[in-house]
Amino acid sequence: MKATPLSVAAVAAIAITYIRAFFFTPLEAIQGPAQKILYLHAPSAWVAFLAFGLVGLASVLYLWLKDERLDRIAESSAEVGVMFTTIVLVTGPLWGKPIWGTWWTWDARLTLTLFLWFIYLGYIVLRGAVDDRAMRARYSAVLGILGTLLIPFIHLSVYLFRTLHPQPILMKPGAPSLPGEMLATLLLSFGSFTLLYVALLRGRYRYAVERDNAHPPETYDA
Amino acid sequence: MGDALRDSWVIAMKDLAIEFRTRSAFLSAVVFALLGVVIFFFAWDPTAVTAADLAPGVLWVVFTFSGLLGLHRSFGAEQADRAIDGLLASPVARESIYLGKAMANLIFVIGVQAASIPAIALFYGLPIGSVLAPLCAITLLAAIGLVAVGTLFSAMAVNTRLAELLLPMLSLPFFVPIVIPAAQATAKLLSGRPVGETLPWLKLLLAFDIVFTVGCMLAYPFTLEE
Repeated sequence: MKATPLSVAAVAAIAITYIRAFFFTPLEAIQGPAQKILYLHAPSAWVAFLAFGLVGLASVLYLWLKDERLDRIAESSAEVGVMFTTIVLVTGPLWGKPIWGTWWTWDARLTLTLFLWFIYLGYIVLRGAVDDRAMRARYSAVLGILGTLLIPFIHLSVYLFRTLHPQPILMKPGAPSLPGEMLATLLLSFGSFTLLYVALLRGRYRYAVERDNAHPPETYDA
Repeated sequence: MGDALRDSWVIAMKDLAIEFRTRSAFLSAVVFALLGVVIFFFAWDPTAVTAADLAPGVLWVVFTFSGLLGLHRSFGAEQADRAIDGLLASPVARESIYLGKAMANLIFVIGVQAASIPAIALFYGLPIGSVLAPLCAITLLAAIGLVAVGTLFSAMAVNTRLAELLLPMLSLPFFVPIVIPAAQATAKLLSGRPVGETLPWLKLLLAFDIVFTVGCMLAYPFTLEE
């Protein structure tokens, strides 16, 4: 990926976020240094949801307008989203082990994140398994839309699963009420990660354009 | 609407006639389901887990995987000699093709389930007689959901390079919101809880069936070559 003003700005924003997180944000009293993972975990989760939301939107628009650019946006966003979901799934257990005493729990939010990862990994594999460009775009758009439809069902079924069978879990889901200093750092991390997402999306999109230009479809239909 | 349904039925009967004459997929799916039940039995420690606790899991794992065997065959059969072109050239709405395929798959999956539920009751010593009607309702609702999604993915997967691998990879995440309610409701029934307690799960299954049958039917025409 070439350095563009946007990608430079994104990297700079991330650097500022972490300088602030490590040197100018107070340690959390109970969790200690482990809590610093918040500034990687939470913004990654936000970006992953943003990215998959865009996949769904671009998929609907593609089936409607049949514009190849929309397909490339969906493709790029899915890949960046899977990358950030992977970060969420790796940093979550690392944080969970010292704080909750367990690497993994089948909480609604965790399960949903895991299944988002499965769905969009399937999406990427599907794209790789279809050679015809127009067909690949239509197939992926269909999967992108169905995946978006699926998300509420996964969330609801796992949520019911837990409320009907209450179990002693160590974690308490829900946003922690953060003191101002930490909240400011967290908000900064959300902003800088969103910038990083846009930079990565643009880079990945450009790659898709160059790849498609290098291999033009054999037949041009009207 | 009546014509569309009749067209679907004709397509479903065509698929079932092929299946009835060869019987290959149905028999292998039933044998696969029975083998699954048997293998779970040997992986089971009856002193630690009761049969009523284990059975719902076994039932739904077996149904999910044996269902996939039938789904792959659904559009795989149309690949030979490009038979799908004949279907597409016929004056039948695209939605009816999907619905016909889905109906045939539903009958296939119900057949496999009808063969494996008594086997599970027998092998695990479960008294299913008293809960048979609600159990059938759960099984049917879940089968509709599995088939609605699976038929669409089968149509897509046959045209890809990873056909056999891609169908389970795409379908299984979609089966999760079906398998969770179905297995939970089955567990309630087998442990003798009142039928009313399964209602939230049944509603969830019904909602899934409606959303994904309509969604997949609308999406199906986009999976065809234009």
